[in-house]
Amino acid sequence: MGYVAVKGGTQSILEAARLLRYFRLKGDAPPLEVRQIQEQMRLAVDKVMSEGSLYAPFYAALALKQAEGDTIEASFILRAYRSTRPRNYISVPADTRQMKIIRRISAAFKDIPGGQFLGPSRDYTQRLLDFNLAEEETEQVLKFCREYLKELEVLEEAPSFPKVVDLLRAEGLLAKEEEIRPQPPDITREALSFPASRTAALQAMARGETGGLLALAYSSMKGYGDIHPTIGELRVGYLPLNIFDAKGQKVYVGQVLVTEAEVIARPEAAKPEAAKRGNKPQFTLGYGLCFGHNELKAISMAVLDRAMQTKRPKLPAEDQEFVLSIVDGIESSGFAAHYKLPHYITFQSDLDRLRFIRRLGEERENGD
Amino acid sequence: MAIKDLIPQKQAGYNFAFLDEHTKREVRRKILKAVAIPGYQVPFASRELPIARGWGTGGLQITLSLVGPDDVLKVIDQGCDDSVNAVSLRQLVAMTTGIKTTFETGRATVIQTRHRIPEEPLTEKQILVLQVPYPDSLRLIEPSEQKTRQMHAEQDYSRMWVYLYEDIVNWGEITIGARYPVLVHGRYIMDPSPIPRWDVPKLNMAQNLYLFGAGREKRIYAVGPYTQVVPLEFSDRPFQVEDFSGKTCFYCGSKDSFLDEIFNSKTGQKIYACSDTAFCAQRLKIQSAVREEKIVGPGKK
Repeated sequence: MGYVAVKGGTQSILEAARLLRYFRLKGDAPPLEVRQIQEQMRLAVDKVMSEGSLYAPFYAALALKQAEGDTIEASFILRAYRSTRPRNYISVPADTRQMKIIRRISAAFKDIPGGQFLGPSRDYTQRLLDFNLAEEETEQVLKFCREYLKELEVLEEAPSFPKVVDLLRAEGLLAKEEEIRPQPPDITREALSFPASRTAALQAMARGETGGLLALAYSSMKGYGDIHPTIGELRVGYLPLNIFDAKGQKVYVGQVLVTEAEVIARPEAAKPEAAKRGNKPQFTLGYGLCFGHNELKAISMAVLDRAMQTKRPKLPAEDQEFVLSIVDGIESSGFAAHYKLPHYITFQSDLDRLRFIRRLGEERENGD
Repeated sequence: MAIKDLIPQKQAGYNFAFLDEHTKREVRRKILKAVAIPGYQVPFASRELPIARGWGTGGLQITLSLVGPDDVLKVIDQGCDDSVNAVSLRQLVAMTTGIKTTFETGRATVIQTRHRIPEEPLTEKQILVLQVPYPDSLRLIEPSEQKTRQMHAEQDYSRMWVYLYEDIVNWGEITIGARYPVLVHGRYIMDPSPIPRWDVPKLNMAQNLYLFGAGREKRIYAVGPYTQVVPLEFSDRPFQVEDFSGKTCFYCGSKDSFLDEIFNSKTGQKIYACSDTAFCAQRLKIQSAVREEKIVGPGKK
């Protein structure tokens, strides 16, 4: 039967998948090892874990290999895998003061208790294309690592650092910390509804797409908003996690690498009645935390968290429903891609309407 | 017979129908609520699937939560069983459940569809699952979910009527093609998913259950059997379906089905063909049987 125009889907799909495999591998280079991606594409792996909302470095690296380096596609694969895993435990609320830091800076104060640590940062390097990397040899790499480790001083015990924002809190210049809720809502178990609690909003952003969050946060920084952020503290490090087991015993389960940003912003205008009660103006805080080493994401999150606390939202970055319903990369990319699917029916229906109103117009002209 | 014999073959490493049992149960609970309040959008914790958001994940979660080992599944996209995404969705369900699938509308117990309702009337024993991109008709006039939920709660649909009225003022007629808003059981305005207007009357007082799933938007809604569903219309501007007058299907000659307009790449001619390919194939089968009977004569095979 002559169904060529619409049929033949099955065979085409199979062939497309085969061709895809060929395009991933053509060129005779040895296949990428997942370990190479996991160790040397560190930031891409971190981005995928964060956007895929599953802390699994090996699986994230594997997904990156499968997706040929497309981080949105890789996060999508990881997110789908996550759906098949039951949620057995909820961790005990973790205190980021316990974080084993690899990097910690503050833009608010020159000196901070515990000191500033640049850590592994690209911030003050010149972005010159490094031609030496084109010919990196295994021997050379191993030698560098050996020698570097020899020079390192290893501390007996990892220090923990007080938080910069605690200094401001002690002086009453910053609002008090919100109370910790032992059973926070889980946006993967209960659909987000608006207005969303701050906890739910932070969850939604923590799995948001870096580029999407950045664009929205930048709109606020650029002038479509007026929160004027200062980075109180930016931390990157390993956060220990505990759970309560069946007997109610606290058990250490491991650590996750996270990036945390605390942004200090201008005070909300105090209400006259609050001022009368002696409430003085205070700075406000924007908070961001995500899996892996991803500073742009954590900062963007913190800026948006603060922007969304604006009492009378006027601009896009201040509108909670607007921000939270568009930052998920899996949702936005999936929907943008769905326009590639056939839309013959809806288009036929639109054609019918267009032809009809054109005919109406013609009839009206002829009638005149 | 052991219990394990009752469970069909499936893809190793995954639960029957991919989702874990708690998730399926939650979806079924939401479906029950949706059936109890026809046309009302029930929020649900939509899971990510190995199919992209916007590609039928809402419908798929409903289908995966409903099917049991004895179900027979049909999946169509644009009315066609062999359309690329229908193939992919069917493969996922078949791979993770091992259940039977079919192209024949009458044989299916569950039919998942995008953009069409089959031409053949469905029965009380069948469920039609529709994939939904935008679960709310009011999105046409109001982008905020918070506001549209309130409008539904208060049955405040005045802006929708004004929108339709202004459409007539601007163009002489309502210009909504597919996704034509309907009123369900005299209460909720509902988005029937992007089915053509041709399919809208099929929703009214139907024998079968209609379930609507929007995965990205995390909503489930339903129209139960024998429920009143009417398109929004003004008494002096009646609702119209697509006009195929004078056109027939190139293959089966049908004059009473939704037709695709197709350009023949060789001749450059425009032809029309049934969008519901199973309906078309069924008609062709009957026609050839009738022809055979004429040639051979009744009872002489």
